Amino acid sequence: MRNQLATESLFGLSHHGRRAARFPSADVPVKPLDEIIPKSALSTKPTGLPEVTESDVIRHFVNLSTLNMCVDTHFYPLGSCTMKYNPKRHERLASLPGIVDLHPYQHLSDLQGMLELLYETQEMLAEISGLPAVSLQPAAGAQGEFTALLTAKAYFEDRGETRTKVLFPNSAHGTNPASAAIAGFECVQLASSKEGLVDLDDLKAHLDDQTAVFMVTNPNTLGLFEKDIKQIAQMVHDAGGLVYIDGANMNAILGFTRPGDFGGDMMHYNVHKTFTGPHGAGGPGSGPIAVRDFLADFLPGPVIKRTSGENEFTLETPPKSIGRVRSFYGNIGILVRGYCYLRTLGAAGLKAVSENAVLNANYLKAILKDVLPVPNGELCMHEFVASASKSKSENGITAMDIAKRLLDFGFHAPTVYFPLVVPEAIMIEPTETESKETLDAFAETIRNILQEDPEFLHLAPHSTKISRPDEVVAARNPILQCCEPE
Amino acid sequence: MPYLFNTPDQQQEMLQAIGVDSLEALFSTIPSELRLNRPLDIPPALTEMELQAHVSKLAEKNVGPGSRVCMLGGGAYDHFIPAAVDEIARRGEFYTAYTPYQAEASQGSLQTFFEFQSLICQLTGMDVSNASLYEGGTCVSEAAFMAMRVTNRHDRVVLLGSLHPEYRQVVETYLTHLNCEVVIVPCVNGTADPADVDAAMNDQTACLVIQHPNFFGTLEEAEQLTEIAHKYGALSVVSYDPISLGLLKRPGDYGADIAIAEGQSLGTPLQFGGPYLGLFSCSQKFVRRMPGRLIGQTVDRNGNLCYVLNLQAREQHIRRDKATSNICSNQGLIAIRAAVYLALLGKQGIREVAELSCQKAHYAAEQLSQIEGIDLLFADRPYFKEFAISCSEGSDYLLRKARQAGFDLGPELSRFEFQNGSTLGQTGVLVAITEQRTREEIDRLVTALKA
Repeated sequence: MRNQLATESLFGLSHHGRRAARFPSADVPVKPLDEIIPKSALSTKPTGLPEVTESDVIRHFVNLSTLNMCVDTHFYPLGSCTMKYNPKRHERLASLPGIVDLHPYQHLSDLQGMLELLYETQEMLAEISGLPAVSLQPAAGAQGEFTALLTAKAYFEDRGETRTKVLFPNSAHGTNPASAAIAGFECVQLASSKEGLVDLDDLKAHLDDQTAVFMVTNPNTLGLFEKDIKQIAQMVHDAGGLVYIDGANMNAILGFTRPGDFGGDMMHYNVHKTFTGPHGAGGPGSGPIAVRDFLADFLPGPVIKRTSGENEFTLETPPKSIGRVRSFYGNIGILVRGYCYLRTLGAAGLKAVSENAVLNANYLKAILKDVLPVPNGELCMHEFVASASKSKSENGITAMDIAKRLLDFGFHAPTVYFPLVVPEAIMIEPTETESKETLDAFAETIRNILQEDPEFLHLAPHSTKISRPDEVVAARNPILQCCEPE
Repeated sequence: MPYLFNTPDQQQEMLQAIGVDSLEALFSTIPSELRLNRPLDIPPALTEMELQAHVSKLAEKNVGPGSRVCMLGGGAYDHFIPAAVDEIARRGEFYTAYTPYQAEASQGSLQTFFEFQSLICQLTGMDVSNASLYEGGTCVSEAAFMAMRVTNRHDRVVLLGSLHPEYRQVVETYLTHLNCEVVIVPCVNGTADPADVDAAMNDQTACLVIQHPNFFGTLEEAEQLTEIAHKYGALSVVSYDPISLGLLKRPGDYGADIAIAEGQSLGTPLQFGGPYLGLFSCSQKFVRRMPGRLIGQTVDRNGNLCYVLNLQAREQHIRRDKATSNICSNQGLIAIRAAVYLALLGKQGIREVAELSCQKAHYAAEQLSQIEGIDLLFADRPYFKEFAISCSEGSDYLLRKARQAGFDLGPELSRFEFQNGSTLGQTGVLVAITEQRTREEIDRLVTALKA
């Protein structure tokens, strides 16, 4: 059934003289090129781009696309990633003329509808976080973290303080320390408690007058709400530091509690997760940040303001801004989709999202826990981290084996081996846009897998086009493009 | 509720399996004093029909290139997008998939990104490309970071004053707080003077950042400047316009160490400045110092050719604070658009788009500069598809008059802060001409501006 020819390399399909896109001939007087461009700047040979027809291109990429699992085709319970349904209305509306074709340097008076949409988005993100000042600029969550850390740095400098350290628990996403490092901070990793929460004693031991920011994901990466978050925030504030909330797990708490209410001073959203971006095979994301009033003056510019002037909505750079973190204004196309989502759900809808995300996760956890124990927490939030330690020690079946074998049964694998604090971690986030029937079938499949021959599982998957790629070979002699470097 | 599955009956059944008696009980780990005891204050929910009417109304308040001829530039361009690009990018198999961590379930994305990397290498003449960064501006700071690691020089980078001013601001945001000096070489008469660049460089400089064609559309002496960078042991970082490489020498042809670009021109709509596409490529020898995801070819356990995320030990999820970059989400879907675009154009198509844009821009510049009161700002400098003009009546007057006639020009240079004594007319306005513009449109603009 599969068309093998079409998924050969694009360059292999190339044949000299074939064409896809054609352009009209010039309707202006054409000058000899070397009269308008110095000969030294002109290329002497054509690029090595392939020569294929439009139907080649379509058949090639459509066939390639079918080698993917995706939310539109499969249950995709990838922990920490919030793989929820991506509503089709968003795609249509983000492609409307007047949205998709706006140039970033058009005159302000020609952009009022777009700025109104973005202003409303800022307002909604402020309300959902309980943090009043918003910057839509960051291109993804990691850039949101970096932006907020620089904002904090500028705030401290403005107060004449130099604080050098950023603290985070060992269950943190890798982006937390990576962002802190490029923002020029010293990274201090803290232990987690037995319950999988922030270890208050370790936090206390490391807080001092050099502490700039404590970064924490809440609910954390184990899917647990940091119940002592208010006290944690108080401890950090008493030391003169600020609290950063990694908002990757906002899907659990929409309308139930807000980072600003539980002590956070800054946070980022992942619009591509919580507000169903979509994920685009790895991006684009959008990572707007929300901060407290006293940090607003330091945000990157421009932000969108409502005025009583000739143009109701304008772009302004805050007075003590850290500067730009990217060109133009943000990943607007993703923010438009997020706006559509928020306007579709409203307050009750958002709360129902979290209710059902948490219900689905707890249900799946409950029906799996006898075969896949969850080391931490009685109740989880929107996701849970199980461990395959038991099956590994009993018969050698690892988290990776289970993940790979699930693909054979038409389920995307959960996140495995993260967070690092749980051995043989299997991190499962079903999201609210899945049915009980799907969760039952998924749990049943895991039970069946655990009964299978371990040797057979070590070789899984068995039904996909490829199985267990050799990553060691890939890294030892990296082949990163199909043509030999010239 | 939209998009939800669980019926009240099922919810009860599920709660029972969990062993709690209400949905509310599931949230008992959130202390009650932290709970929001009121509904969120956001606008009421809309049905799909209402939402479409509402967003359409907002869209109608904007004036887009559909109703006005777009001659705007400054890093975002109105190039033609073939229908096949949208067709592929709208496939749910691509846009609703995650980062291809699970290789067996992601060969479609992985091979596409591998081919994207290959296409960018062919376009630029560079050895290796990553699978994308955010956009053109952050590419410059990532390149500077990489140059600092490669040269082990952490205190100084040099940028040409003709770099996009927003890119420069991004670099300053990223670097100055690390006490890295960002030196700007003045832009004289539309380009950098190689003698000034030589004077600005020293043996503590990590890299020289060249934009070619530069922010004003003019061509820099990229080859000579690259040699100057190398003379001081610094890396040459070239920010290029991908369309220009249909015509101009490729960064790899003249020895650039890192080639970066805003890739929006390769099949991505303007959409008010993003999401766009950061293109990042470099020499083979620096591959383990690169930021961002890299897709590699390998074999599976049965010896089948396949693709995986490669050299992940550079990345934040493995290396944490020692990672080469903090980037996680990249611009995957936009990279897919660029791959389809470049495949559709091929070596002949990219040359046609480049030549058409260049010839039409030169016609437009010639016609516009014949209008009394309008001059080319850098008349003796070669340019590609974009140029700066000045108007004796001021840029506001020029832009307003063009707008009234149905044309958007710009950006106006007064919108930006240029640094370090760069001698730039603050009256200047950029004009960008792509292959989509016609002689009829250009003539109509000229007639209107003459009136």
